[in-house]
Amino acid sequence: MNWTLAIPEIVLAGIGMATLMFGVLRKQDSTAMATMFTIGGYLIAALLVLTRTGGFGFHGQFVSDAFSAFNQILILSGAALASIMALDWNRSQGIGRFEFPVLMLLSTVGMMIMAGASNLMTLYLGLELMSLALYVLAAFARDDLRSSEAGLKYFVLSGLASGLLLYGISLVYGFSGTMDMASLHDLLMKPESVSPGLVVGIVFVLVGLAFKVSAVPFHMWTPDVYEGAPTSVTVFFATAPKVAAMALLLRVMGTSFASLAGAWQMLVVIVSIASMLLGAFAAIGQTSIKRLMAYSSIGHMGYALIGLAVATAAGVRGTLVYMVIYVFMTAGTFGCILAMRRKGRAVEKIADLSGLAANDPMLAMALAVFMFSLAGIPLMSGFFAKLYIFLAAVQGGLWTLAVVGVLTSVVGAFYYIRIVKIMYFDAPAERFDPRPASLSFVVAVTGLFTGFFFLFPAPVVAAAQAAASVLFR
Amino acid sequence: MIDVGLGHYLVVSAILLVLGIFGIFLNRKNVIVILMSIELILLAVNLNFVAFSAALNDLAGQVMAMLVLTVAAAEAAIGLAIVVIYFRNRGSIQVEDVNLMKG
Repeated sequence: MNWTLAIPEIVLAGIGMATLMFGVLRKQDSTAMATMFTIGGYLIAALLVLTRTGGFGFHGQFVSDAFSAFNQILILSGAALASIMALDWNRSQGIGRFEFPVLMLLSTVGMMIMAGASNLMTLYLGLELMSLALYVLAAFARDDLRSSEAGLKYFVLSGLASGLLLYGISLVYGFSGTMDMASLHDLLMKPESVSPGLVVGIVFVLVGLAFKVSAVPFHMWTPDVYEGAPTSVTVFFATAPKVAAMALLLRVMGTSFASLAGAWQMLVVIVSIASMLLGAFAAIGQTSIKRLMAYSSIGHMGYALIGLAVATAAGVRGTLVYMVIYVFMTAGTFGCILAMRRKGRAVEKIADLSGLAANDPMLAMALAVFMFSLAGIPLMSGFFAKLYIFLAAVQGGLWTLAVVGVLTSVVGAFYYIRIVKIMYFDAPAERFDPRPASLSFVVAVTGLFTGFFFLFPAPVVAAAQAAASVLFR
Repeated sequence: MIDVGLGHYLVVSAILLVLGIFGIFLNRKNVIVILMSIELILLAVNLNFVAFSAALNDLAGQVMAMLVLTVAAAEAAIGLAIVVIYFRNRGSIQVEDVNLMKG
């Protein structure tokens, strides 16, 4: 019983409760201070994650290793970027309440538990802690019909996904007799302990988690929720929860069910190809940039799943590098979308970007960098993300995935580059409001990371390598 | 009298699960019915856990069932709250009215 391994989560949860009490007891508006507290909490938690030792805690319920640390740091950075951007936007849209950063923080605690789960029970606990806070966040603009509809849709479909995942866990437990991931791994090394009921359970678990990463055919909620939820929430949806769900998927498949890779590999390949195709083709006709980003994220999850389909440590490394790059370029893109405001009202049509280069050259340049990176143009970080993942696919002998991936990137490049064309070559539209400093800061940081990743890929790749070596042993 | 064994429990739970899933997708009436369907799925899971726990003579399944019960309560509370704000904005909780954004 080594509870000290969970200190980062415990401290973060404590800061969340304290902030909540502070916000309730203070008479004036405390949104800004609550945001500061939660960002401070993310920093403290990240420091604690970096300094903590490895091992199992809570009788094998919770694990601290290179993989959990890597994902937790990434989750914390995504959450911190989203909190910084949310403060000003929420105020301008009249939903600046102190509960917002606290809900984000509680959901982040859930994600950290997901990344450190080493038992199916902990997995479910973390997943629900994340989801329950996300339901509320999606419906946070409670006087806005679209936001409440997004919340309702997300609640119903995510609740269904949790139910299916749980049913899978119950079958896995019943047919193997344990919920501990390490014991499952050891047990399933022996072919005679694998029963059809267990395989059905694994498929249910895979379906439930595919829902959370919004992979086709379980993506139906994504465009609606991305479009309907307040943009400050969409930023959060598109970054940290995706990392947590992907980490969970990698962990479950890469430890407990690693020896059954033959049984689930084909499923992941199909899901990955379908996501890449839908991400490439469905985004073409979109007029709302938030909906376009939703389809884009579905496509990117398809690419990231290639690494899981390969079912080797090299593949996992590719996925982890992909997730790092994805989080930063997506956060940056949404930073630019959050800056799209006219007379205090948020606009979100692609046509509103018309001629942005003449009105605001810096913002247009940043958005162009992100679009080139999302498309996978060389020297941008998105290119390296795809490079590592396609290399892993080719080494693993999954040529189909690599070929489909390259072809869908070409199709995807069409709609990303169309945005650049609209910004640079169309007639200038009305100016956007001046950008707040917080947005400029986030866009600058993520833009520099995205544009100059090629100068220093080594630390990220080395950390991903260390994290990936934990799985598929 | 027939003996009630693990198989019977699993069949009942599978039927409950299928009822829950169909309740979500075939239901054209009311959002509350969808909330009930989600609860039904979670109850099917609980039945599975308890039956397996008894059959395996292992307590972990029952612990999990308790955890699922508490989470289901929290989930129902949040779900009803979302339905309430949806009703305030839209004035209806018919499933066919949840169509502002086309998926």
